[in-house]
Amino acid sequence: MNGTSLWMFRWRKAKNFGMNFFALACLILAVTPLVLIFTYTLLQGLAALNLDFFLQMPKPVGEAGGGMANALVGTGILIGLGALFGLPIGIMGGIYLAEYGNNPFGSTVRFMADVMSGVPSIVVGVVAYILVVLPMNHFSALAGGVALAILMIPTVTRTTEEMIRLVPHSYREAGLALGIPQWKTTVRIILPAALKGITTGILLAIARAAGETAPLLFTALGNRFWSTAVDQPIASLTVFIYDYAKAPFEDWNRQAWAAGFVLIGLIFVISLLFRFVTRSRYAQH
Amino acid sequence: MHNTDTAHLVASTSMEIPLAEAPLTLLPAVPPKMQAGHLNAYFGKTQALRDVSLDVPEHRVLAIIGPSGCGKSTFLRCLNRMHEVAGGTMKGEIILDMKNILDVDPVLLRRRVGMVFQKPNPFPTMSIFDNVAAGLRLNGVRDRKVLTETVERTLRQAALWDEVKDSLNKSGISISGGQQQRLCIARTLAVDPEVVLMDEPASALDPLSTAKIEELIYNLKTHYTIVIVTHNMQQAARVSDVTAFFYLGELIEIGDTKRLFTTPVKKQTEDYITGRFG
Repeated sequence: MNGTSLWMFRWRKAKNFGMNFFALACLILAVTPLVLIFTYTLLQGLAALNLDFFLQMPKPVGEAGGGMANALVGTGILIGLGALFGLPIGIMGGIYLAEYGNNPFGSTVRFMADVMSGVPSIVVGVVAYILVVLPMNHFSALAGGVALAILMIPTVTRTTEEMIRLVPHSYREAGLALGIPQWKTTVRIILPAALKGITTGILLAIARAAGETAPLLFTALGNRFWSTAVDQPIASLTVFIYDYAKAPFEDWNRQAWAAGFVLIGLIFVISLLFRFVTRSRYAQH
Repeated sequence: MHNTDTAHLVASTSMEIPLAEAPLTLLPAVPPKMQAGHLNAYFGKTQALRDVSLDVPEHRVLAIIGPSGCGKSTFLRCLNRMHEVAGGTMKGEIILDMKNILDVDPVLLRRRVGMVFQKPNPFPTMSIFDNVAAGLRLNGVRDRKVLTETVERTLRQAALWDEVKDSLNKSGISISGGQQQRLCIARTLAVDPEVVLMDEPASALDPLSTAKIEELIYNLKTHYTIVIVTHNMQQAARVSDVTAFFYLGELIEIGDTKRLFTTPVKKQTEDYITGRFG
């Protein structure tokens, strides 16, 4: 090895080290806020959390204690309604785009879905307000569910499409060559093979919907009382946090932290549940 | 002296098979199962097959050979209209039982003309049993007894039964590549096709698995008509009764396998099988 190449070698090593360090620094920078938020919520939330929080109703102003059982159930109902309206449309739309969407119409729908996933959620709230709240003349869980569904559809559609496209073409061919009609091939062979990815997309959509506040403010409104009726205003954790965090009562602020913590926990539990339900019957090789 | 001997030998060979008079096709007297007539196939504007006419003899193995890009796979995929699935178009006619398959619903056609692909492709989310039963189940067969019987019969036909009979509930992709390919053959046979198309079925397999597949093909022809595309000329010579040679999208020569490999009529065929090009 002569002098020049040794020098080059060292320079390359140095550059390599430098780039590695830079990439690592960026990673730490990106993850730090996440870790901070998570740990702070965890600490604050855990301190405020007790059994009452899950079982009790909100107490009137000035009275200490109480919980947000209604908001917990409300968020569950809202997510459920959102999934009920949003998932079928989103999944079917994704199937359509993947299987029949190679035409100008498909490209347009695809583009619209991408644009829609970037639309501010408060705008979606206005849309649901016009579509559901105005005709019904009052706020309702139903309106909240519609708002969340509109938010979920683009994500679900695009992930479903991408995941179906990832399934090797050979499975589709094998199905068709057996004389299985195309829609059955899609539903019974392609969809199960893409299920894991689609589930992840659904989870992302649900997690996003569960954390939304803006579209619920003037659709589901919020409710300080126990209600599970879909045609009545309903409480939700996010709106609860919104109200309690800005309130001038220390006890309410404390409960807002607890609600934040519960919300994160809820999304975590839903993720685990979904993964468990849709786990592959066969280990991947 | 030596020279004259050789000359004599050559002369006598050409006496036995008068090349100039040999017909293009020397098919054994077997009724055709399928007949392609003036078949042209395209991918967009590119023509992949040019005016191909050939007969697929019933209960025989027809091998299609030729260099890459000669249209042999395209021809095979025309026979069950899988060519269209890949976005291709075709013109001409392919007759199956007096009917042009272009006028038959592809779904119904493919139940009669099955296909085994180059790479083993068992359905990854299904067990071995479910893989074989898939064709029947997804076409509406619910009877458990029929399914069980069919699965056992076709796995036996595919010479796989003894290896998997105790693990029918295991994943279809948990077995070896050679076993997977035989599983795919069983899956194809389960819908009871009349013709089985095989697109280089052993090219992704080791020699031992290849030998098994070849033996299988040989045994299957008593019940089925088989068309196999292969890159491997020894394989074509071993398993087939009739061989067709394709070159640049055209059928150059078709004939009895032994005859085609020993005394090809066309210069291109001879060049290919003696390894001068391709």
